[in-house]
Amino acid sequence: MESTATKPQFSEAAQAEIARICKQYPEERRKSAMLPVLHIAQAEFGGWVSPEVQYLVAEVLGVAPIEVYEVSSFYTMFNLKPVGKHVLEICRTGPCMLRGSDELTAHLERITGAKVGGPASEDGLFTLKEVECLAACGFAPIVQVREKYYEQLDTPEAVDAMLTELRNQVHRPALPWEETGLPNAVANN
Amino acid sequence: MGRKLLTEHINVEGIDTLEVYRKHGGYRSVEKALKTMTPDEVVEEVKKSGLRGRGGAGFPTGMKWSFLAKPEGVPRYLVCNADESEPGTFKDRQLMSKLPHLLIEGMITSSYALGANTSYIYIRGELLYVLRILEKAIAEAYAAGFLGKNILGSGYDLDLHVHPGGGAYICGEETALLESLEGKRGNPRNKPPFPAVQGLYARPTVVNNVESIAAVPVIVNEGGDEYAKIGVGRSTGTKLISACGHLNKPGIYEIELGLPVEEFIYSDEYCGGIWKGRDLKAVVAGGSSVPILPKELILKTAAGENRLMTYESLSDGGFVTGTMLGSGGFIAMDETTCIVRNTWNFSRFYHHESCGQCSPCREGTGWMEKVLHRLEHGHGHMEDIDLLVSVAKQIEGNTICPLGEAAAWPVAAAVRHFRHEFEWHVTHAKEAAQPGAVYRAGTVLV
Repeated sequence: MESTATKPQFSEAAQAEIARICKQYPEERRKSAMLPVLHIAQAEFGGWVSPEVQYLVAEVLGVAPIEVYEVSSFYTMFNLKPVGKHVLEICRTGPCMLRGSDELTAHLERITGAKVGGPASEDGLFTLKEVECLAACGFAPIVQVREKYYEQLDTPEAVDAMLTELRNQVHRPALPWEETGLPNAVANN
Repeated sequence: MGRKLLTEHINVEGIDTLEVYRKHGGYRSVEKALKTMTPDEVVEEVKKSGLRGRGGAGFPTGMKWSFLAKPEGVPRYLVCNADESEPGTFKDRQLMSKLPHLLIEGMITSSYALGANTSYIYIRGELLYVLRILEKAIAEAYAAGFLGKNILGSGYDLDLHVHPGGGAYICGEETALLESLEGKRGNPRNKPPFPAVQGLYARPTVVNNVESIAAVPVIVNEGGDEYAKIGVGRSTGTKLISACGHLNKPGIYEIELGLPVEEFIYSDEYCGGIWKGRDLKAVVAGGSSVPILPKELILKTAAGENRLMTYESLSDGGFVTGTMLGSGGFIAMDETTCIVRNTWNFSRFYHHESCGQCSPCREGTGWMEKVLHRLEHGHGHMEDIDLLVSVAKQIEGNTICPLGEAAAWPVAAAVRHFRHEFEWHVTHAKEAAQPGAVYRAGTVLV
């Protein structure tokens, strides 16, 4: 069944990056590029992979849309619902809990007004998401925002500094394939 | 001061660039292997070194390599498992982000030994920034002629690629990782056939951990026999330990295998003791999946000998009084730690991360999490404690991959060593349900 919504398109820079990635796998194994392409898609289209974006990925890779859904619904990094400008992924596992991640989560809920697992904060800036181990246990507690790790968030000052930095970001940082400064690099904020 | 074989130059400025890395002896193993050794000779050196898989299982790397099927005219692959997701373990992330060329050098030398002409580094999706670092370093290696066609004029070709995951712990299991690399859900495969016969794209494949591959340049440069001189018995070489939890100096330490656990925890050279001047209560020594041990048993074996950081010493006493070195994820817990809460947290992790393919794991992990949740929150019953052990036993050994065991062992061990805490949660439900409630022998902290 074809989607009726406006069809999204990858930017030229993203298309070039996808073409480069597809060459990493044997020609008949193009499906291998599924996860890298989903990461690009999520970064390009507002931080989540809508059904329309999943159709687009299927088309680019020459696979059935259901195959894209199977994968994007299995891996926790892919958001299947709209998110705020910044998705704060708070590690809640073992070592982070020992160093105060429960308190950090409660603190972030109070400050941002967003709830873990709920919609974005009213200003549209923050989505809170609890995640399992981020592999930075020695620097706990930790929050990941896109490709950046914020570590040792065990004081209100450290948390405030992170939030101020994020609030002051007019546009999200350019991703490697966008560094040419193409206009769509900021169009999806 | 222990020898540092992998991390000696980790803090040198610019060591992530090819130029500085080469100034410190980088890529010597590639030149030595490709110009003066046959692939079989490289495999032989790795066998002699006694290197054991650093990802957790501890299987001899050289032996694993020698199992690789080599049918004529069929490509084979080396895949680096950089999907580090075990709670407590964060060594590979640091190694890759600070010393990307060390891993690349290891990948080239190892791929040559295995006869692989295309290799992949499967890195966990959360570490996209590390992926960028690796890609930049790989581009430098291509430009310098260490990757691509006819490397250093040897006639050997190799392409190396980095592939990101998507946030699934199960993809650290080698067959799930291969499924994921093929663009599918990370559901582990039944074995046999083993990856050495039918791995990536049904071709012969070796999957090795980052740290194992990073040790190969040292082994080739110094010789397997020299490497084997470090360590104790069958635990040869050095090991990266990621220390976290309630320690004064959490971080990553490269130790010579054989270091006493007590020295590792309390000496200033390593973790510097327990934070806030508190006492140690328990340690999970090898990542969240290995059995937890109380202070008395992590410092000394049941026979009263010093417990050492080796595969053998840590597992001395089996799962009754011992544990495992595993991936080296060393989680220390101080006297104010609630073991029930910690066990519930780990259980929630394994329930969340179960791929759902095998019923014992899919249902059992959820069941254990629910029982632990009610014990922790003051709604438990005394029979719940034996129920936990029973469910853990029914998961163990009844699943395709070891995630079942990884989920079962921490629960069974926590009940074995800290049963009194579970009982206290039942008999003092109201107090136990309060935030920060902790039981310790003779004292109750609320």
